[in-house]
Amino acid sequence: MLAEEYKRPEPLWPKKRLGEWFSIAKKGAGGWAFLLHRLTGILLVLYLFLHFYVLSTLSRGANAYDNLTVLMESPFLLLLELGLVAVIVYHGLNGIRLMLLTLNVGVKQQKEMFWVVMAITILTTIIAALFMF
Amino acid sequence: MAEITFKIFRYKPGVIDSPRYDTFKVDVEDYMTVLDVLEKLRLDDPTLTYRHSCHHGSCGTCGMLVNGKEVLACVTNVMELGTPVVTVEPLKNAPLISDLVVDMVPFFEKYGPVEMPLIRESEYLPEGKPSEEVGTYTRLESCLECGLCLSACPMVATDPDYMGPAALAAAARVVQEPRGQDAPAILKMVDNEQGCWRCHSAMECSEVCPNDVDPGGMIMYLRQKLISRKLKGHY
Repeated sequence: MLAEEYKRPEPLWPKKRLGEWFSIAKKGAGGWAFLLHRLTGILLVLYLFLHFYVLSTLSRGANAYDNLTVLMESPFLLLLELGLVAVIVYHGLNGIRLMLLTLNVGVKQQKEMFWVVMAITILTTIIAALFMF
Repeated sequence: MAEITFKIFRYKPGVIDSPRYDTFKVDVEDYMTVLDVLEKLRLDDPTLTYRHSCHHGSCGTCGMLVNGKEVLACVTNVMELGTPVVTVEPLKNAPLISDLVVDMVPFFEKYGPVEMPLIRESEYLPEGKPSEEVGTYTRLESCLECGLCLSACPMVATDPDYMGPAALAAAARVVQEPRGQDAPAILKMVDNEQGCWRCHSAMECSEVCPNDVDPGGMIMYLRQKLISRKLKGHY
């Protein structure tokens, strides 16, 4: 067959290409850092809208806002807020890790940097939990 | 020797139109690699297709997914995997041709603009002293062009036009040691959203590279060079 006649087959594998971002078949710590950065990024965007909604209650008067803050003290929402602490700390710290990598700093130590990010995230979350509960 | 179950991805347009997994039970000797098992299976099922050449990890043609990880089948010992079931699949992010064979043309097309130099000077020779810019030899000269890095990269999955780790690593090598090539032009070529800025530092490419080329690290080198040039341009 002549090269010009050759029809390249369509990519068929994997079928869910976006799924590769969120696949848990990661090969190393860097892959897990990537996955967590994506997930925490999406959660932060969703939180931003929730945050705008909470602030928008101010436009309905002080009482409306106060009523909502009482609701915010429920254990379930406090737990979600604790999760938010973990998400923010991880995303921020891993962002610094990514900036360092882009500057070609600590590339050989990128796995160790990920574990440091994880350790600080867990520690910060525990400290925040002690204050919140 | 142990009996290992092999789940092998099958797809053969006109014969097996819907992708499926075939299961085979194989008596595996301690020395056997995944490629050895495929060759054994092929004696019974000549329709099973896979690509291979050298059998010793120097040609890079037998790249495939074994238990979900990109490896060279010829140097992957089955018993060392330590699983009773071994799943064998084709590389990802490449058009599938048949069974475990993917079309490598898109992969090699990405190299085109870089014009990867064929440098294979040994670092052990006295005259093979690395240039000041290189510092120490990395193993890019040993890139097998196996495509494992492209398969592992999550960004190649969603952006087929992304140059990908292998071609960017080759570009970085040219920038490090141009040997007559136009390094600034190469830097300009990779300075875009389909070049070194598409990488999101998952470093999966470096994780699966069978020859320690460290494509992820080479992409970060390119970024450092570009940032440095841009800053110098401003001040």
